Amino acid sequence: MLARLRNPWPDRRAERTLGAAALFACLCVLGMIVLVAQRAWPIFAHNGLSWLGSGGSLKVQIETMLNTSANPPASAYHLRAWPIIYGTLLVTALAVLVALPLALLSSIFIVELAPIPMRRTMVRVVRLLASVPSVVWGLIGILVLVPFVDQHLITNSERTSLQGTAQLTGAGLAPTVLVLALMITPIMVALICDALVAVPAAWREGAAALGVNRLRAIRAVTLRAIRPAIVAAVVLATARALGEAIMVSMVSGSVFFSPRPGDGLASLFEPLRTLASTIVDYHEGISAPALSATLYAFALLLLFSAFVLSIGGYLIKLPLRKYQVRA
Amino acid sequence: MSTLVSQPGERPARTRGRGSSIRTWRLSDALVLVAAWGAGLTLCVVVAAVVIYMGVRGVEYVSPALVFSRPAAGLAQNQTGGFLDPLLGTLLLTAVAVAVAAPLAICSALWLVEYGRPRWLTRVVESAIEIVAGTPDIVIAFVGLALFQLHLFAWVSEVGEGGGVTGKSFLAAGTMMSLIALPPIFVAVRNGLQGVPAHMREAAFALGKTRIATIRRVLVPSVRTNIATGVTLGVSRIIADTAIVVVLLGDTLRIEPQAHGGLPGLGVLKGTGSSLTSYIYDNSPAGEAGAPQKAYAAAFVLLLFVLALNLLVERIGRAQARSSGFVAAVEGIV
Repeated sequence: MLARLRNPWPDRRAERTLGAAALFACLCVLGMIVLVAQRAWPIFAHNGLSWLGSGGSLKVQIETMLNTSANPPASAYHLRAWPIIYGTLLVTALAVLVALPLALLSSIFIVELAPIPMRRTMVRVVRLLASVPSVVWGLIGILVLVPFVDQHLITNSERTSLQGTAQLTGAGLAPTVLVLALMITPIMVALICDALVAVPAAWREGAAALGVNRLRAIRAVTLRAIRPAIVAAVVLATARALGEAIMVSMVSGSVFFSPRPGDGLASLFEPLRTLASTIVDYHEGISAPALSATLYAFALLLLFSAFVLSIGGYLIKLPLRKYQVRA
Repeated sequence: MSTLVSQPGERPARTRGRGSSIRTWRLSDALVLVAAWGAGLTLCVVVAAVVIYMGVRGVEYVSPALVFSRPAAGLAQNQTGGFLDPLLGTLLLTAVAVAVAAPLAICSALWLVEYGRPRWLTRVVESAIEIVAGTPDIVIAFVGLALFQLHLFAWVSEVGEGGGVTGKSFLAAGTMMSLIALPPIFVAVRNGLQGVPAHMREAAFALGKTRIATIRRVLVPSVRTNIATGVTLGVSRIIADTAIVVVLLGDTLRIEPQAHGGLPGLGVLKGTGSSLTSYIYDNSPAGEAGAPQKAYAAAFVLLLFVLALNLLVERIGRAQARSSGFVAAVEGIV
């Protein structure tokens, strides 16, 4: 056996061996989807697709599931998960909205405006920002940002106006969005920078030859050329933001509540839960079959969104390869 | 206006021409310029604030006694010990995950670039890896739980009371962690291979080498730096991940080896433990223990690892950046 390995390999066997590894990666994806879907099936069997909708108290439903025995009655599977789906969408959308201008402007700064030494520092800064672990972000959020919001930003009138509905502790929408935006900014910056660098210099020179200043050239030519990259950056950052679990579970307050825009500024400080943070919060209850099915249903929803977004991002990035952008 | 001829890396000296002074610009252009500088500096300030704050807190709370003592159950904070076990857990987990991910990722990348037949299959493989890269870690953790609770994999993990398979062990967590490390390694190796000039392959073929011999003698040596970069990026993903550890490693206080009949060390791999990240999570106000000082100390040690890995990526990438410019420097953040 060893001798067979040591001798020169015929090409065909090498191709098959290496191809098997590649195929295994595909099978992993397929396996993931099948396993999660199979575990989530009871929720679909009992609720259809209406578990995505709203109705009743999600907290009560989850508690019921947690308290049922090994053979839960059909009623225990009742689930209407809209509050946390709404929470997920809200947090993700706001974080992407905050991160996009920051990422776009700082990419322009890095590639077009910064002096060379500064540029090198910026690359380091972005890489470091990308590699701060989410639990460290969560720690900073819960020990620094949350107390700050609690003491300085929430007014007493906001506290009293929400009495009985939600307790404002500082943990909630605003700090979550802020930290999440910082976490997804480096992804966007990396993708946008790659595309900016790849824009042919002649295009910029053409604009310059027409007599516009640097920023006009950036806005009229460069930014237009990299529009697909910007969309890809948004899509991939959305995928990352949707799935962030640990940080959100630490900073968002972890209460089944959906921030109500009707509350005005106070809604920024209201606590919430997202799909991913709910999974983390309840992962110990997985021995209860009904709750397990619920958590896997949430995981399936996340997996499905990640699937759609990744494929979308991949397809958007394809035309960029024309310009040798290896995003 | 040679100002705008900006090749990455080598920019000609700036000459002052008409329109290059911000005073003559329209207000909106000037505002965007200021905003861009502001955004860049904001990122610098945020990173500096995070690093300095964690550094100050870390130096304040970290001590050799904390790093080198094992965690213990106790009522008072001075009885609960340090984080030696989580530290070792992080290292062990990294070793297992890299051992699984690196060969898989390198082989897939080699197949994709060097063989890549049929074409449609390469598309499928590439998008499959994109999907893995985009899958949230908590979902990967739950997939692992579903997988390793199957009786087929009972030999991998801890056996709970009554013979139930818990699906929690270093092997289980490491295998699932490898999915997180797979995409960066794959992308780094693939890009490296695509960057190898075709004439190197042609020269090898002209000498009568087979494809696999070319791969072994020419291509793999020439993408060594890419492999190193990819593995380093993968490692920094692994040590930063919390969700998989919390769900799949059992998150026990100490490394708990399982009884086993076979190889030495297998017991530890089959057993449960924790990592620095899960230690931070548990000791933060969100967790059960609630000892922020210990969380800060562990976060400081974790950040030191992260900084070291960042430096390593840069050191490895320096030789590469000379040849391929800016792209290589930014690559790997995603």
